Amino acid sequence: MSRAQAKYNNSAAFYDVDGTLIKINIVHAFAFYAARHASIKESALRTVQTAVSLPLFWAADKLSRKWFNELFYRSYEGQSEDRLVVLAEELFEDVILPNIYPRAKELIAESRRAGVRQVLISGALDFTMRPLARYLGADDLIANSLEFVDHYATGKLKKPFVAGATKADIMRTYAKQHAIDLGESWAYTDSFSDYPMLAVVGHPTVCNPDFRLRSLARSYDWPVLDLDEAPARSAARRPQGLARPPRSIRRT
Amino acid sequence: MRAIRPKIRSHAREHIVTIDTDSAPRIMFSGENLISCDLPVGTRVIYPKRPMTPVANPKAAIRYALNHPEDSDPLHAMLSPGMKVTIAVDDISMPLPIMRTPDVRQLVLEIVCEMLADHGVDDVHIIIALGLHRRMHDWEIERMVGPKVWSEYWPDRLYNHDGCDPDGMIVLGNTPHGELVEMNRRVAESDLTIYVNLNFVPMNGGNKSMAVGLCGYESLKAHHTPKTIVDSNSFMDPPRSHLAHSFKRQGDLIEKALKVFHIETVLNNRAFDGPLSFLTKNEDEFTESDRLKFSGMKWALDKLPFAARREIFMRTPAAYEMIACYAGACDPVHDRTVGKLNDQNCVEVDGPADILLFGVPYISPYNVNSKALNPLLVQVMALGYFYHMYRHQPILREGGVLILTHPCSDRFDPVHHPSYIEFFNRVLTETTDSYTIEQKYQDELAYNPSYIEMYRRGNAYHGSHPCFMWYWGQRGREKTSRVIVVGADNATVPQIMGWETAGSVAEAIAMARGTMGRSANVTMLHHPPYMISDVM
Repeated sequence: MSRAQAKYNNSAAFYDVDGTLIKINIVHAFAFYAARHASIKESALRTVQTAVSLPLFWAADKLSRKWFNELFYRSYEGQSEDRLVVLAEELFEDVILPNIYPRAKELIAESRRAGVRQVLISGALDFTMRPLARYLGADDLIANSLEFVDHYATGKLKKPFVAGATKADIMRTYAKQHAIDLGESWAYTDSFSDYPMLAVVGHPTVCNPDFRLRSLARSYDWPVLDLDEAPARSAARRPQGLARPPRSIRRT
Repeated sequence: MRAIRPKIRSHAREHIVTIDTDSAPRIMFSGENLISCDLPVGTRVIYPKRPMTPVANPKAAIRYALNHPEDSDPLHAMLSPGMKVTIAVDDISMPLPIMRTPDVRQLVLEIVCEMLADHGVDDVHIIIALGLHRRMHDWEIERMVGPKVWSEYWPDRLYNHDGCDPDGMIVLGNTPHGELVEMNRRVAESDLTIYVNLNFVPMNGGNKSMAVGLCGYESLKAHHTPKTIVDSNSFMDPPRSHLAHSFKRQGDLIEKALKVFHIETVLNNRAFDGPLSFLTKNEDEFTESDRLKFSGMKWALDKLPFAARREIFMRTPAAYEMIACYAGACDPVHDRTVGKLNDQNCVEVDGPADILLFGVPYISPYNVNSKALNPLLVQVMALGYFYHMYRHQPILREGGVLILTHPCSDRFDPVHHPSYIEFFNRVLTETTDSYTIEQKYQDELAYNPSYIEMYRRGNAYHGSHPCFMWYWGQRGREKTSRVIVVGADNATVPQIMGWETAGSVAEAIAMARGTMGRSANVTMLHHPPYMISDVM
């Protein structure tokens, strides 16, 4: 089919990844690494440690994303760089690929057809995100990087941390470097904590939003996408002002 | 208490009432509410014609049309085992309000599907020909096609058209005027396409069915332009509509490339019956029962919140009935359809009005089952559809004043109309000039990936749709000197639209007379049901 020339030549689409394009988050990736050690005993120990730490991670995340990052990435301390990188491909195949939202790839493809530069911006670790960026056809990947000394992780992240307001700063810098007009750019995220990245672009769009972000999106009349939505679910989100569908449809 | 006037008008002229000193107040829609207002003596009120008698046996009428088509072989003679057939069917943008079940499309589909099965045709897909309208919800489709077709075809062989699917659309060519013609791939690759149409006004159906219902944005933007709209005098008069001419050029190319069998059904105008039947009556002929019904309804509507009022109207489908069914080749079928529609809808009127008054109801073709009639849709109803409800010459003279009643609330449905929100708040605040919007903003909204995603997999209108809605009112905007809205609940929306506000109909008429003079004649269109004025 013929399609007009790409409309947007100096625009970018910035995608948060965890919860936005994929159903899982960085803790799943960490659990994957924890469960794949050379000895069964080590794997079991690390898996139990991860499971026990979950409430702590959750609490830290609720208090501050910075605290969460410091606490969470400390768990990587002592792991070798080559092991993390090699296992990242397996992590993608086994864990990430089956958990990509069904409509994510087509959204990115449509955006690319419009001539928009595709950028993933994620708080996850860069080596875990690279296979995904390749698969989705992203032009650039901005993600957190672990600090390595003699090819062993120190458990600290290189600065700046890709999270919260810093994402917006990084996007501004990126836009300046690539002559991108942020007013003609998109940001996609699922979480209220990413409000700053939505605030700096002309076309903020929320995907699979949490309650706070959905409320915010409704207040600002931002588009809301449900990338996980199967057609049968549309009956459940019919707009107000309608007669209830027959029982036979409600079951579907 | 007003005197009940004797019925003295002749049947032929019963649709024109001139307000006298003892005339009853007229009832008008104002969104999800009704208002009653005294009109100045001498005001001409135009009512729709009475509903025509429906066909006694709709299924028999449909079968007769299929077996005795216009300028075509009967449908059964076009079928052979193993052939690939696609049935395209109109979406729920018509009729308004939605009709009671069984929908007339259900009746046609059941008969056609049965005939296909009888002739060994198994490769059958049913596509909702929605053009760039929103995808219909699954429960809406089931209601429209009925349980039999739904259970057999949904979801693999019954689905919404997708005008933005890069793999699902193909280009058929260009018309001599250079208009691109795209087509749904499944339709283009079928041995036979059967288009099931529901006709409500003359601009529906005919070449528009295939050319618009199954096209994409690149094809649609060839004729949905401010210039085409301005040159259409009017939409409801196909021979004088440039829009219809463009549909015809695209349609001719389609008919040449593809084998299409058209089935057009025509409805009468029985929009309200039962407890709401008083809405279709001349207020001078109200019985005590009608007055009580109106008072009770008005009291309840005044007390209820917006959402509840909307719910009441949305839960009240119309009692439309089929008055004709034609089948066969596109043009001869549509000629007969338009003839029948005109018999039902056209009302002879002597001369245009200086001041035109009407109420804008809660519904338009683009907000069926939506949360609200948003400001752009109010605009398209007033300056697009109602302004264009004429033949021969405009019902409102050039330079006349248009008065409408609607609250013009700043309400949008974010699921159905996401791009309308951006258009209204960003584009219209920068410019209201349609030609600038076409050049500067239309493609930007059309290619917005978020809006495309919401159109393709959500239930949103295409990103460019609000632009077309704004163009739709272009002729009305250019030909009227003032637009005055009565009952607006805010100042911002009318201001963005470039409209003035008035607290009452009387005040609005006084304002209009300031422009048109004290002797200016006032005409009220008593919508709905809708009528087309044959202005002589």
